[in-house]
Amino acid sequence: MFNKVIAIIFCVVLLTSSLVAQRIELLGAGATFPEPLYSRMFSEYNRLGNHVNYQGIGSGGGINQLVARTVDFAGTDAIVAADVEERSGDTILHVPIVLGAVVITYNLQLQGNSTLRFTSDLIADIFLGNIRNWNDRRIADINPGVTLPNLPITVVHRADGSGTTFIFTEYLSKTNTTWADRIGFGTAVNWPTSNHIGERGNPGVAASVNQTPGAIGYVELIYAMSNNIPYGDVRNSSGHFITPSMDAVSLAADIEMPADGRVTVTDSAHAQGYPISGFTWVLLFKEQHYNNRTQAQARAVVNLVRWMITEGQSFAPDLHYAPLSPAAQQIGQNMLNSVTYNGRPLN
Amino acid sequence: MKKIKENIFSYYLTFVSILIVVLFLSILITLVYQSFPSIKQFGMDFYTKDVWNPVSQEFGSLSFLVGTLITSLLAILIAIPFSIMISIFLGEYFKEGIFSNILKSMVELLAGIPSIVYGIWGLFVFVPFFRGIQMYLVQNEIMNIHPFGRGIFTASIILTVMIIPYAASIGRDVISMVPNDLKEAGYSLGGTRFEVIKKIILPYCKSGIIAGILLALGRALGETMAVTMVIGNRNVLPKTIMDPSSTLASVLANEFGEATNLLHLSSLVHLGLVLFLTTAIVNIAGKAIINRGFRSG
Repeated sequence: MFNKVIAIIFCVVLLTSSLVAQRIELLGAGATFPEPLYSRMFSEYNRLGNHVNYQGIGSGGGINQLVARTVDFAGTDAIVAADVEERSGDTILHVPIVLGAVVITYNLQLQGNSTLRFTSDLIADIFLGNIRNWNDRRIADINPGVTLPNLPITVVHRADGSGTTFIFTEYLSKTNTTWADRIGFGTAVNWPTSNHIGERGNPGVAASVNQTPGAIGYVELIYAMSNNIPYGDVRNSSGHFITPSMDAVSLAADIEMPADGRVTVTDSAHAQGYPISGFTWVLLFKEQHYNNRTQAQARAVVNLVRWMITEGQSFAPDLHYAPLSPAAQQIGQNMLNSVTYNGRPLN
Repeated sequence: MKKIKENIFSYYLTFVSILIVVLFLSILITLVYQSFPSIKQFGMDFYTKDVWNPVSQEFGSLSFLVGTLITSLLAILIAIPFSIMISIFLGEYFKEGIFSNILKSMVELLAGIPSIVYGIWGLFVFVPFFRGIQMYLVQNEIMNIHPFGRGIFTASIILTVMIIPYAASIGRDVISMVPNDLKEAGYSLGGTRFEVIKKIILPYCKSGIIAGILLALGRALGETMAVTMVIGNRNVLPKTIMDPSSTLASVLANEFGEATNLLHLSSLVHLGLVLFLTTAIVNIAGKAIINRGFRSG
């Protein structure tokens, strides 16, 4: 009797362990901005018999985990810094997946529900603390016909490091020299004014702006659209005031793209493009043989990312993400074709 | 057989105690080791400068250290009268009965509420209310501040509510354990109830009450989530207690997930080390006070 039980347990253990050995589990971590889309994509992909798990721990966290080689791929809204890539000891491929945008949101009771217009200099002056009241001439000059109240401005920014801050500050650095000199850009920066507060996450910024009369902040377009938050038009490099939308974001990305996918599309040259837009990328190592990874596992990662930039794109519009242009898709394909295992091409 | 059991038990006890020491030292060593790049780069500047600029890679912890100490000390100052009153009420006036039990379990329940709930309550209830008061003060030109609603004072109020149960329940326990002989002696000398509390109970319980307050202070120093949500997260040395600020713990919570640069990461770990040492110093100072209390009282 006792022997029988042991034999059965032994068989069960053998069976399950062989099952586990066959199953390839892919682990990803990183940006929270594309997390809703990735959750949707991966639940569909897993239905096809795959096993993908993604943790939204922030772009920086994802990069750290990839560099430490504890995940198969990472999600990020910011390009990996040169010294970090050097530390990782290999080329990190940046495959663009979808596009997002950052909108300027404010809390003002305006007559006739008029929408405010912004230029990059105006945004920079407000966020630098040079303009501290909504009745400032410089705001009125750009918004003729809008009656602006005598109300102090409260600037709300992200307190946690974030890809949203990266896109926003990168745009301001590109378009305003004072900003570039004094603040610069990154996932976290040193905010200068004495009328500013920091909040955690898009919901934190949105809640704070909603609560505070006269507040101004920046959130992801998706977040503003799905929560019906008021946001302003922004003047692009061609002089047009653009209302943020998925189409305007796609147009902004319709530019010549470098072969390594590392391009920011802020201040796009496209006449109808929304200027505060950016890619979100999936990162993976070019050389896939590390940490005793099998060739099958390497192939599974590449297949996953390939699926994300082709069939997976169909889930983007429903969730308010702008899908890739065919040219950007092609560049992603080329990058995936360059992946090696033990120095030899995978396919 | 008995001897063996005895030995196993004592080995087990030794093992567990050593484990605690090892754990404590490993945390300290890890913190020091990981913050080494930051220590090497900034030296003493890290403790005396109030810059925190991830873009230009200049880091100093002064404003966070000040923010942490001010919020915690302010919270303790507000909490002390409340918690002593509750302790006396529950430990001396209403030791038993339904009302006492209800109040007692309510105070203890306050300690069990997750800090995120306090944070959300602060953000959606207290902040708008407090901003209203600030707006009134500004409009009537009583104070010249920016009405954020958030800031050091708001964080301290939230912290006060969070730490009162710690100080109050320890205070209640020590007060209810004052020997009846002492109290009766006081009454027999013609003392009123207030005089007995003031001259006999409180001096007798001094060190216990202080121990409770220190435990609460330790909790306030390290509190992260609720504070992060209402303090306003500004990396500048605060000028008034209405200003937004940051604490060591809130900066860690905000930036650790996104930091990729080695110096930035190392400076964040360095902040953790500063917090570790601050808590340790407060605890040691507290122990010293309690010991002195025992000798003189």
